Amino acid sequence: MPQAVMQQSFPSPAARRTRRWPPEASILLVLLGLALLFELLGWVFVRQSFLLNEQRLVIMILQVSVIGIIAIGVTQVIITGGIDLSSGSVVALTAMVAASLAQSADAVHPVYPSLIELPVIVPIAAGLAVGAAAGLLNGTLIARTSIPPFIATLGVMVSARGLAKWYTRGQPVSLLTDGYANIGSGAAPVVIFLATALLFHIALRYTRYGKFTYAIGSNPQAARVSGINVPRHLLAVYTIAGVLSGLAGIVTSARAESGQAGMGMMYELDAIAAAVIGGASLSGGVGRITGTVIGTLILGVVTSGFTFLRIDAYYQEIVKGGIIVAAVIADQYRRKARDPRAIS
Amino acid sequence: MGAVRARDTGDARELSLPALTCMHAEAAHAPDRCLLEVRHISKSFPGVAALDDVSLRVDRGTVHALIGENGAGKSTLMKIIAGIVPADAGEVCLAGRTLRLDTPRQALESGIAMIHQELNLMPSMSVAENIWIGREPANAFGMVSHRELHRRTRALLERLQIDIDPQAEVRALPIASRQMIEIAKALSYESQLLIMDEPTSALTEHDTAQLFAIIRELKSQGKAVLYITHRLDELREIADEITVLRDGRYIGTERPSNLTREQIIRMMVGRELAQIFPHEATAPGAVRLAASGLTLRPHFQDVSFELRAGEILGVAGLIGAGRSQLAEALFGVAPASHGQVWIDGAEVRVDSPCTALARGMAFLTEDRKETGCLLTLDVLENLAIAVLNRDFVRFGFLRSAAVTQACADMSRRLRVKTPSLQEPIAHLSGGNQQKVLIGRWLLTGPRILILDEPTRGIDVGAKAEIHQLIARLAAQGAAVLMISSELPEILGMSHRIMVMHAGRVTGVLERAQADQEKIMALAAH
Repeated sequence: MPQAVMQQSFPSPAARRTRRWPPEASILLVLLGLALLFELLGWVFVRQSFLLNEQRLVIMILQVSVIGIIAIGVTQVIITGGIDLSSGSVVALTAMVAASLAQSADAVHPVYPSLIELPVIVPIAAGLAVGAAAGLLNGTLIARTSIPPFIATLGVMVSARGLAKWYTRGQPVSLLTDGYANIGSGAAPVVIFLATALLFHIALRYTRYGKFTYAIGSNPQAARVSGINVPRHLLAVYTIAGVLSGLAGIVTSARAESGQAGMGMMYELDAIAAAVIGGASLSGGVGRITGTVIGTLILGVVTSGFTFLRIDAYYQEIVKGGIIVAAVIADQYRRKARDPRAIS
Repeated sequence: MGAVRARDTGDARELSLPALTCMHAEAAHAPDRCLLEVRHISKSFPGVAALDDVSLRVDRGTVHALIGENGAGKSTLMKIIAGIVPADAGEVCLAGRTLRLDTPRQALESGIAMIHQELNLMPSMSVAENIWIGREPANAFGMVSHRELHRRTRALLERLQIDIDPQAEVRALPIASRQMIEIAKALSYESQLLIMDEPTSALTEHDTAQLFAIIRELKSQGKAVLYITHRLDELREIADEITVLRDGRYIGTERPSNLTREQIIRMMVGRELAQIFPHEATAPGAVRLAASGLTLRPHFQDVSFELRAGEILGVAGLIGAGRSQLAEALFGVAPASHGQVWIDGAEVRVDSPCTALARGMAFLTEDRKETGCLLTLDVLENLAIAVLNRDFVRFGFLRSAAVTQACADMSRRLRVKTPSLQEPIAHLSGGNQQKVLIGRWLLTGPRILILDEPTRGIDVGAKAEIHQLIARLAAQGAAVLMISSELPEILGMSHRIMVMHAGRVTGVLERAQADQEKIMALAAH
């Protein structure tokens, strides 16, 4: 009799699949809406097309590529329920270190006179290593002690900025090799951004690494009981975020053909904004790379749209702040509409 | 015949004929006694009809139990009455007045209060502050008058005969006391109808008795209680009437004394359940798990036991006896500070859940929401998460066809009610979530199963299935350690019963010699 009960015919759960819009659809609509709005305003106020200008579109994506690269790492950190405030400072520190190992023979006072005209792989490796070290430090502080990610990465943010200034006593590092400068020229940053996005989109959706990342953010206790080594995984996630900040630092310095301690100022906030606009939830367990890419593009459209309309940068920041808050509010409404039963 | 006529006139309760007392349920539906009337309520969620034309009446001074399997629509109906979820059709009347129920606030002001299964108290605030939050009495300076606050709270608690200090911090109180505070809070709104969603699911027998005393006190004051429960044994003790829902439809209303347990189950499930507790005849094999002198102060000390292959060892005790902490220590969640553990005769150190899993252990935790479900993820991810460390992964990538196949099989085997494996687990009912969590562990093919309250808050149909499953796993050679606060479950399922009190093992009983009294004597010590 028990057997009969258990084997009663029952529709296969996999068989009935309901078609749903992906959560990014609404953010994509916002992106398109904003672009069309600027297009309209463009014709009214400056008698130009906003979108039908290849050069402007390239510059627009170019400007946000660095933010986008950081945001891909930050998204993963946010999915685990954490936050990374150190990204901007790590950009500066890697920019300094990488640039100091990428100086050409023309440099008047090279940082390391004996280390000029090195193959391009050296500064890249050094930059990524610096990023990894910073991420590892974040991860260790968070995983091995019980201090909250906000505080741990705040500390690293301040220290890394200081370290970047100390490295050359505040002097910029310039006159870099052509090979290095190529990393930041043309559409290279855009390619790096999109390739990184694709890589981690796949990692989050189709690998064990991704499933564990979501599980930890969704419920760290349950993840631990399910046999996930939570500290080790967090270490990996923060290290990856650090490496991506390092990559962003390399691209930034290559594009500027110099390393400066003031680089990447406030980039961490733009990156967090991109992730949040893209649907990542600061309470963890929710977020996607596709959303973050769209969120990054929204930031890009706003920046370049305001420049295009020749509106002061002040207004731009004010509006950007509004968009971030609106994105979170919209997300909450969406969640309620999706699941009326989850309200209580 | 006389009885029938009396019923028709509606004043049967004024007649003192003894034969009429059993007609109480029908006679009581006279308009003056009827407090709540729910008429033709329907509600559907995307893809599911949660309620289909349900009507119900609750009289003053009675406890009306609402029962049904998980997903039968009980919670949805409660939420509609409490103004949390709007109905698609139908109306709710209180004392003959049709209510507008757009918000919980409106329900509360009309005299309907709901006590949720998951309590909603603020742990860091005092009892008094929790009860009167948002309505604190002010002194002459417009500040909160703490003296008045405590005076009111004391008066309220005294009226209910609840013995709790108004100034105590809620964090420090046991679950049973918190439940009492929720009740006090509900009554502080002068509510006429109290809705309780499985109030006893987290209570021990002792606390349950205390809760029932308070409910009887409320009845004598003319209040009504609408009571959701999965514990059928409680019905006869506390309920005056039972209404059964099944698949969102009204099945019937009866007095508990008119129904046998089997009839109730048949109404709920719509089919016969062969036996409540499966007794698989098994001869326990070799000792699979042994512990000696396990200690983790202040939770438990000097715990020793043996668990054999094919055996179910029940662990009984009051809340706070250290049973859950013992389970957590065995699984490495919070390892013991002293003592030894052997698996298959070899001494092992289990210092993290990872090691426990690698040693073939599985641990269904007590609290679905806190330590079980990954609430932002879907059913498939919740099922698969514990095996991904070992199976279904090649070069770090998920073998998604194999995972889907295994999860679909498991979901079918456990009869999980879900539209698809891609459904967020947050959308499933409590019992189905529990099945998913059990499935998560079964996918790991465990040799030692630690189950902490495996059927808490689960309907009788699902419960029987889970019991059969546990018995079958044991029969197939798994060693099962089962913690439960439900004595019938402990008595019905276990081969042996280990009883704990205040962190110590106070006795081990063979099934044949165990009964409720012996267990309670050891548990209360």
